[in-house]
Amino acid sequence: MRNKKKVINIIYHTIVCACGIIMIYPLLWMVMSSFKETNTIFNTATSLIPEKFTLENYANGWKGFAKVSFATFFKNSLVISILATIGTVLSSSVVAYGFARCKFPGRKFLFAAMLASMMLPAQVLMIPQYLWYQKLNWVGTYLPLIVPYCFAIQGFFVYMMTNFIEGIPRELDEAAKIDGCSYYTIFTKIIFPLMVPTMITGCIFSFMWRWDDFLGALLYVNKTEKYPVSLALKMFCDPSSSSDYGAMFAMATLSILPAVLIFFCLQKYLVEGISTSGLKG
Amino acid sequence: MNKTHKLTLRQKLNTEKAAGIICTMPFLIGFLAFMIIPMCISLYYSFCDYNILTPPVFTGMKNFQRMFTDEVFYQTLAVTFKFAFISVPMRLVFALIIALLLFKSTKMTGLYRALYYLPSIIGGSVAVAILWKRLFSLDGLINKLFMALGMKEPISWLGDTKTAIWTLIILAVWQFGSSMLIFLSALKQIPTSLYEAARVDGANSWQQFWKITLPLLTPNIHFNLVMQMINGFLAFTQCLIITQGKPLNSTLFYTVYMYQQSFLFGSTGYGAALAWVMLALIAVITWILFATKKLWVYDGGL
Repeated sequence: MRNKKKVINIIYHTIVCACGIIMIYPLLWMVMSSFKETNTIFNTATSLIPEKFTLENYANGWKGFAKVSFATFFKNSLVISILATIGTVLSSSVVAYGFARCKFPGRKFLFAAMLASMMLPAQVLMIPQYLWYQKLNWVGTYLPLIVPYCFAIQGFFVYMMTNFIEGIPRELDEAAKIDGCSYYTIFTKIIFPLMVPTMITGCIFSFMWRWDDFLGALLYVNKTEKYPVSLALKMFCDPSSSSDYGAMFAMATLSILPAVLIFFCLQKYLVEGISTSGLKG
Repeated sequence: MNKTHKLTLRQKLNTEKAAGIICTMPFLIGFLAFMIIPMCISLYYSFCDYNILTPPVFTGMKNFQRMFTDEVFYQTLAVTFKFAFISVPMRLVFALIIALLLFKSTKMTGLYRALYYLPSIIGGSVAVAILWKRLFSLDGLINKLFMALGMKEPISWLGDTKTAIWTLIILAVWQFGSSMLIFLSALKQIPTSLYEAARVDGANSWQQFWKITLPLLTPNIHFNLVMQMINGFLAFTQCLIITQGKPLNSTLFYTVYMYQQSFLFGSTGYGAALAWVMLALIAVITWILFATKKLWVYDGGL
């Protein structure tokens, strides 16, 4: 009986492990290929371990395109992602507080609008937003990639934070009110400090989504020296550029590094964000 | 006098109503400025002949009529439907199977969960898209693996109208992680007493799955289906980078066609009209999913 259980256990772990390795094999292959000599990548595609371990691809890739190095691209991505993330998280927390703690005329309607906007896909808004930003003279700057997010337009974050605030006991608010807090100081002194876990979750998601954003950058950024990483990577695919696959894999590996690091360090918050708000990731 | 006036303003602002309106103001402004107004502008342009450079000329229904005779429009619609209707159910099935596998908690569960979830974290990135292009290229990993297993000629996965779309479908299915996490947390909420009762009644695990687990998961499945369908219809990056719609438009997604018309072919008015048709289509599909909810989604209490 005990032996049978052991066998079942071993079979279980073998299956789960094998499937898991198949899942991430493409990524492993990319990472390992980035350390191979660039002309041997496809000849030795079936073996994972490089015959000769080299960092040359990273040096070549880092040089970038048209005299703009990847240092610039990474800096651009960081600026956009960090500013947009701060804007999103702060504005969403204020709006969420309004929804969770205050009754006011139009609240239900506005909340419904927020939920509906979550279903409204960015791609449908792509053309109208472009025309609108063109009127505002924002095309060619980072403004379209940052400013809208400072107005809590991503319902996902508002919804997640509203749920979180509703879980904070109202007695705290009442006690603060008796001590002379206004509705605004209740937020800054009581609610906001308690929101740290949901803020972290929000920061992670927002940062990763902004970092990966391709469509926005494609539409609004038009100078090579202003490109974020996502657009710069695409240039490896352009027919005009030479096909240095080693450099391509090296830079692709670097570009996913922030997301992978965040994922492994802060997994707890990510999993919570997805299972509590039940949304995409 | 002045002092009392100031005080009343302060008091006025410190009511629940005022606080609610002020706090949600950013969203209201953002919603109007970045969603409603652009949408109104685009609704107008969808009835215009417009190409960004010259001022719009009102042409009535011309853009919408053009769709009826536009063969590429039908083709992209078919491609997008095919992509969404194959990849989304497959993704959910995989997510459910793996969630059931990982439900049994062992010391390794955390690691396994991370392994299966990792592709979803980075799957939408350009890095993965260019990797995918190389995986399925003539001398790519997939062909090399198949040839090591005895296949003679490499297959041109991305060059064949039959297989190209499948590379994109596989990429989408590969990212089943977030659905899997939702299923996992839903599985944990099913009370064990139900399974005990079923076991007393003599139900085997197969029956328990069909009679207890699956019905109780239907609300989550429904929710996932709605959200993933919407996302499925909007896939963009992967297509633009991996296939660009080639070969022969067999992988040209609706959104990419919309992008091409508006920004590359100079028919912004037509692009705006396409966007509105897409929105209407998504609304109809969402409505159908909600209308048929009663038929298969379990909504009783536990």
